[in-house]
Amino acid sequence: MSSVQGALRVVQAGPLALVVDDGRFGVRHLGVTQGGAADWFSFRWANWLLGNALDAAALEIAIGGGLELEAEADSTLALMGADLGAHLDDRALKPGATFTIRAGQRLVFRQPRNGLRAYLAVPGGLAAPLVLGSRSATPREQLGGLHGDGRTLQVGDTLTWQGRAATTGRRLPFDPAISMTLSGNWLALVPGAQIGHFSGASLSQAFNLPWRVDDRADRMGVRLLGPQLHCELGGMISEGIPLGAVQVPPDGQPIVLLNDRQTIGGYPRLGALTPLAAARLAQCLPGQEVRLVATAREHALRTHRRCLAAFL
Amino acid sequence: MSAQIELTAMDVLMVRLFDAIDEANMGWIVAADRALRDAFGAELIDLVPSYTTLMLHYDALRVSHDEAIGRIRRVLERLEPADTELGQCHEVPVWYDLSVGPELTRVAERAGIAVDEVVRRHCGRDYYVFALGFAPGYSFMGLVEEGLATPRLKTPRRRVAAGSVGVADRQTAIYPLTSPGGWNILGRTAFPLFEHARRGEPLLRPGDRVRFKSISREEFVQQGGDTTALESAS
Repeated sequence: MSSVQGALRVVQAGPLALVVDDGRFGVRHLGVTQGGAADWFSFRWANWLLGNALDAAALEIAIGGGLELEAEADSTLALMGADLGAHLDDRALKPGATFTIRAGQRLVFRQPRNGLRAYLAVPGGLAAPLVLGSRSATPREQLGGLHGDGRTLQVGDTLTWQGRAATTGRRLPFDPAISMTLSGNWLALVPGAQIGHFSGASLSQAFNLPWRVDDRADRMGVRLLGPQLHCELGGMISEGIPLGAVQVPPDGQPIVLLNDRQTIGGYPRLGALTPLAAARLAQCLPGQEVRLVATAREHALRTHRRCLAAFL
Repeated sequence: MSAQIELTAMDVLMVRLFDAIDEANMGWIVAADRALRDAFGAELIDLVPSYTTLMLHYDALRVSHDEAIGRIRRVLERLEPADTELGQCHEVPVWYDLSVGPELTRVAERAGIAVDEVVRRHCGRDYYVFALGFAPGYSFMGLVEEGLATPRLKTPRRRVAAGSVGVADRQTAIYPLTSPGGWNILGRTAFPLFEHARRGEPLLRPGDRVRFKSISREEFVQQGGDTTALESAS
């Protein structure tokens, strides 16, 4: 039996803290959503900082909102992604680095200062049952997470792990604050086969005018407000929906579908954001402006490969 | 069948086999599902069959776009429809009652028939499982006879109880777990769709057939059914 090496007790639950990993794959045909870290890029860097497997389970903290964790043992952890005003007792913690927490110290997340979702990685990854191949919690589907039933973090929960703290001495090869600041502006989209059914004026507007992130935004999808897009296709027969799909319902306002999206749906699509763009959108706060930029599939894949190569 | 292969995302292709929902599609969809899984093996990330399409998410780090399209073309050239008679046939017991199926009256009024007749007709034919989606184990089935076809509720309910059996247009489905939804709810079943889906072994698969059977409240309770009334508030 392996023994628990570290633990964080949940003193106060924020609005939305979830156990995440890469998500569930090979199960979409069962109606099971992908789930997993909405900003996979920051999630992976969090694990990299600790020398973990890049897909080790970590905590995704959205908004912060008073989430408070108390350490039951001394540990080295890593924080990455959004700056949610994290404090270790009274000391402010910036994302993008490892830090040491002593038994009895409290880690609290206040409110978003830059970005929306922070990732807290622990040595070796969080302990949680594998459900359909993943530890990711998807509340809507009652799957995964600490108890296997999809629940978000609750007061009384204890996060544990079995890995030993390694001092990797790793430093991020970029400034995480800058990566958050840039996050919203340009979202690369690979145009899909249905793009020809949108009017020329709509396409010109879609790629030349700014879009504003609506407050109807969650892990399922993010609504964008802006020019009203027209598509000659009305409702369609439901078909599979990829990550980042930019679907346009009859009201002409796009919805970008993220990790917890429905597996099939019936609205026409402009295309799909690249994986990196989907991760960046997941860091955007309501009201933030974004722009869509069309990118060729080959170029998107080259950028994606470059992103992945940076972890080596 | 004139298939098209469409770019859907950086590493996702849509294999479009048909333009309209038809029970006759199912043999082709089931066959294409099997053959595409074989053709991609471990390089397949996800394959999502639906009424007329199969969405194929492949590992773009290992398979090029051109290679993926080549594999799909070769599969389609050799495709023969599967014998859907070989799909499993399931009998799903349903307690049809206004307390758990408040739209029994809406469907009856639209059809100009009695509630009992709605139940008899809903149970009166085999439905194909067309697709799984929306929630783990949620099966889109059809086709419901035209007389019972009823559009979705204008305002979806925030909470539809697990096991609810609903109709939307000519489709019918069972809610595997409590979720929001806008279908016309006719009754409730204790058929354990979610429990099986969460283990990766769905009870219903595309190409299977389902026949609903009307049962009494007592039988429903014996099967472990929850008789709590469906909140009629949206």
